[in-house]
Amino acid sequence: MIKAEQIIKSFGEQQVIKSISIIFETGKTNLIIGRSGSGKTVLLKILVGLIKPDSGRIWYDDDDFYSMDAKELQALRMRVGMLFQGSALFDSMSVDENIRFPLDMFTHKTRLEKQKRVDYCLERVGLTGNNKKFPSELSGGMQKRVGIARAIVLEPRYLFCDEPNSGLDPKTALLIDELIHGITKEQNITTIINTHDMNSVMEIGETVSFLNNGLLAWRGSKSDILKSNNDDLHDFIFASPFLQKLLDEAGQSLG
Amino acid sequence: MKFLEDLGRFILLIKHGLVRPPNWRMYARELVRQMFDIGNGSIVIIGLIAIFIGAVTAVQFLYQLGNTLIPTWYIGYIVRDSTIIELAPTISCLVLAGKVGSNMASEIGGMRQKEHIDAMEVMGVNTPSYLIIPKILAALLVIPLLVIIAAFVSIVGGYLASVGGGFMNTQEYVRGLRSFFLPYNLWMMLIKAAVFSFILTSVSCFQGYYVKGGSVELGKASTNAVVVSNILILVADYLIALMFTT
Repeated sequence: MIKAEQIIKSFGEQQVIKSISIIFETGKTNLIIGRSGSGKTVLLKILVGLIKPDSGRIWYDDDDFYSMDAKELQALRMRVGMLFQGSALFDSMSVDENIRFPLDMFTHKTRLEKQKRVDYCLERVGLTGNNKKFPSELSGGMQKRVGIARAIVLEPRYLFCDEPNSGLDPKTALLIDELIHGITKEQNITTIINTHDMNSVMEIGETVSFLNNGLLAWRGSKSDILKSNNDDLHDFIFASPFLQKLLDEAGQSLG
Repeated sequence: MKFLEDLGRFILLIKHGLVRPPNWRMYARELVRQMFDIGNGSIVIIGLIAIFIGAVTAVQFLYQLGNTLIPTWYIGYIVRDSTIIELAPTISCLVLAGKVGSNMASEIGGMRQKEHIDAMEVMGVNTPSYLIIPKILAALLVIPLLVIIAAFVSIVGGYLASVGGGFMNTQEYVRGLRSFFLPYNLWMMLIKAAVFSFILTSVSCFQGYYVKGGSVELGKASTNAVVVSNILILVADYLIALMFTT
């Protein structure tokens, strides 16, 4: 479980996050949705510790993030995995080296043990045999999968995904969604996904938090979205004319 | 005000990087990679510049001493000392600021823009320690060696210009080289090389580490790395000269 309490963050004059309190549950895919500029990326970066909020607290289970000393923080970091929007794979390293990097840096496993773990992670994301390739030789979807493999290599308890489907075709996006959802369930981890892909919301949105103008405007599950009376949420979800048409047609057919 | 803010951030960045690495082997590997990049990538350009520096120094001093009572064998002495005290460390490091410094600023800045630094931070890697300190250490180890090579090549350049050009014979040049030698000057050269190495790598890494925006900002950071390094190298050169010669 990850809990954020009264998070506030401003950049200069602009208040990007205006007091958000939220709980992300263990064993679930927790989605943060919202328009561009709604503050979801900033919130994700605050949760993962890349940006310090002006005020507020973050709890990782029972651990207060901002009260940890360097050693405790290091131990926590090893339990956190993150998939970045652009995958953030190290260009000069092969797939194998990219995934092995956290193992090399923080563990004292033997070479064989590390290789086994790397191979397992690659197999888990469906990229067995691609060890020697470099990021530039991979498609966008494959890069995301390598990013996931690297994020889970240390068996994290918390997984953060920033726009995992950006730039991917719908079929590959679905594959990535299923992969993240599957890993969340298998390992019973707390997964937080920042997205504005409505397919993801409908596929894997166990809890969905809608941010609007730096505030938590709505929270519920994917099945609650259609029943919600929140106008901002509806405007956001059905912004696409295609979806709006489908909704209208569904409404007409239901009479 | 901006200068003080940057200075504060620079000091904090270096201080933040000075921690015990979690895995010495990874850091050692990065150190060796950096040493290879700096040394292997710079030796030809440093050698080329050094040979001409020595040759030009010899030819110009021959011209200046032409109608004086100072014997021509002094050329060896002048080339040696001007090379050791000033030209080898300063010119080499000014050139390396352009080559190595801009490369480091671009590399780290590119990593910042592609979220590589964020990815490492999330993993728990102390990025100043892993990305910056090995570069500074590599430069501190390799650049003084390059400067020693530059000094040697420059003296050879002076020999080729003065003896090869028919202005004097080998014995005269060597006599000059062996006259009035102070080992202290070699220390001054090495200290300059070490200080300049620190300046050019740390300033360049700092510029790259805090880059924001896109490719235009990355280009600016790279340019700033060279300009600021060069200015600081020249200021440091003056201060070291003042401390060691007065």
